[in-house]
Amino acid sequence: MNNDIIKPENLVYTKTPVLNDNPMHYCPGCSHGVVHKLIAEVIEEMGIQEKTIGVAPVGCAVFAYNYLEIDWEQAAHGRAPALATAVKRLWPDRYVFTYQGDGDLAAIGTAETIHACNRGENITIIFINNGIYGMTGGQMAPTTLEGMKTATCPYGRNTAINGYPLNITKLVAELEGTRYVTRQSVHTVAAVQKAKKAIRKAFENSMEGKGTSFVEIVSTCNSGWKMSPAKSNEWMVENMFKAYPIGDLKDK
Amino acid sequence: MAKFKGTVVVNTERCKGCELCVVACPSNVLAMSAQANTKGYNYVYMQNESDCIGCAACGRVCPDGCLTIYRAKL
Amino acid sequence: MSEEVKLMKGNEAIARAAIRCGCDGYFGYPITPQSEVMETLMEEEPWKTTGMVVLQAESETSSINMVYGGACTGKKVMTSSSSPGVSLMQEGISYIACAELPCVVVNVMRGGPGLGTIQPSQADYFQTVKGGGHGDYKLIALAPSTVQEMADYTVKAFDLAFKYRTPVMLLADGAIGQMMEKVVLPEQRPRATEEEIRANCPWAIVGKPASRGRNVITSLALKSEEMEATNIKLQAKYREIEKNEVIVEMHNCEDADYIIVAFGLCARICQKTMEMAREKGLKVGVLRPITLWPFPTEEIKALANKCKGMLCVEMNAGQMVEDVRLAVNGKVDVQSFGRLGGIIPAPDEVLNALEKLVADNA
Repeated sequence: MNNDIIKPENLVYTKTPVLNDNPMHYCPGCSHGVVHKLIAEVIEEMGIQEKTIGVAPVGCAVFAYNYLEIDWEQAAHGRAPALATAVKRLWPDRYVFTYQGDGDLAAIGTAETIHACNRGENITIIFINNGIYGMTGGQMAPTTLEGMKTATCPYGRNTAINGYPLNITKLVAELEGTRYVTRQSVHTVAAVQKAKKAIRKAFENSMEGKGTSFVEIVSTCNSGWKMSPAKSNEWMVENMFKAYPIGDLKDK
Repeated sequence: MAKFKGTVVVNTERCKGCELCVVACPSNVLAMSAQANTKGYNYVYMQNESDCIGCAACGRVCPDGCLTIYRAKL
Repeated sequence: MSEEVKLMKGNEAIARAAIRCGCDGYFGYPITPQSEVMETLMEEEPWKTTGMVVLQAESETSSINMVYGGACTGKKVMTSSSSPGVSLMQEGISYIACAELPCVVVNVMRGGPGLGTIQPSQADYFQTVKGGGHGDYKLIALAPSTVQEMADYTVKAFDLAFKYRTPVMLLADGAIGQMMEKVVLPEQRPRATEEEIRANCPWAIVGKPASRGRNVITSLALKSEEMEATNIKLQAKYREIEKNEVIVEMHNCEDADYIIVAFGLCARICQKTMEMAREKGLKVGVLRPITLWPFPTEEIKALANKCKGMLCVEMNAGQMVEDVRLAVNGKVDVQSFGRLGGIIPAPDEVLNALEKLVADNA
């Protein structure tokens, strides 16, 4: 037994206290938990807990404010970038970020997303793209893949009826107001480390007054996808990454 | 032989049994317990503790922050 | 300080009063007939003087949500729009009311429904005082009738918003927004400092210090018991506002046999009618609710006990008349006169309606 090595000097990794002890409501294996944890770790490592303000969305992450020990505002569906715009302009020395899913950011909130990015608001936008509406029970999202089955496209997304998967991150990268646009994932240790670096960079950028940082995390929704968490990661790599390739889209 | 030995402390009440840590572990240390926590989730435990190198891969991929990892040189 | 009298539009008066009362942020979207509010702010560039933020948003939806986000910070924030734009804001206003945040929303009304007309109207009375957005909430509604009051009630609106942590609507119409009159602007007040905000608004989103838990501003409570508790708290606050904050103006009501009830611009027109009627020997008074909610129910009830009839005059199809009838509770005849679609009633038209009321109750 290795119990003898359980000593503070041997500690390699533990949950940051910025992520509190409230049990998260997410399904087992949900990517939201990993991303919450990464944001919390970045806040702890940068020492900015007192200066960080989060804006929670409508969707599965509506309760993000129960888990990260920072001040939070909870927005109406899609409007998080509008709230964050006002907060950052009124408290310019705070780190302000939104945390939004694909329905919130790329359907109902498309105008707020595009215009906040186009104005170059000095905020961080964390975008969780799992191609489905989780909270409402697995309906089609703007980012749902062609042929992918959801509750509102039970025979698979048919582009003749439903249009095409929206690559909003690519659109956002085209805007003059964005400074850093990247697409990451959290399905492996290496991916987690890269995603964390991206989130940290986005937070750091937001204090330099050069524009919006936008971090998409291609994610799984194993309940919505009706697969195990491990199988969901495999499916994501095989299918989601083709439509939403991982890497930086813009870094200026 | 590993140059390090490690150990994983599991917050069994917080664990939801998603098994992503089991997949992430390079040393096949972790497995799901037959025991369930009060929420009914079978939580993860160290089946092969002696193979643990304390790399913390399990902790980093854990969505719920249930795992605390220690490591010491052999 | 010398009182400098200036000539300006009602919309301009709102903008200048906002800067003077230490407003921290304005977020808006152009719409006729209120665009001069933001135009004046952009010309004044208050960010160079008081530090006030002024931003043109991409829509009214975004404007009100910027106001929501900004109000969370404990700062003084506002928006302005006109009827169709204010319709778009209703969801946000409901969130702000539920989250108990202070802010000022200006509606310089135009004729509806639909895209309607850009001419003045009072047809958003129901939207303002009966809800507008979803859920059980109330807006304090102030109805100015002069350009001077556009300035004065902008200041008052912020004071009430912070006193009760609730959104306050300044409900004017296109005529008051566009007309030019003499104004004495309020004295310049400083904007609140961060220290003042931390001290006076412990609920504000400023960044969590180690000394307290996290502040969360949300309107969500999935458990019905929690949501009922939220509602009970809101309703208690609304009863308090009803008790304390009614503002009403009365002209010649003491000896009046007939009372004209009108708000905003109509109240001015009806004073002319009152003069015309008195010249004819009719004892007429005018009651003008300045707060549309809380409504001067008690004042109207008291007059109903001693007058012979009431005429409610509005630039709509008869909205406030319902609240007048509720207050009167059948004691006397309450008739309604209104012009629709952006037409301002003339004093002699109102006199005709008044004479009909008199004849019906002779």
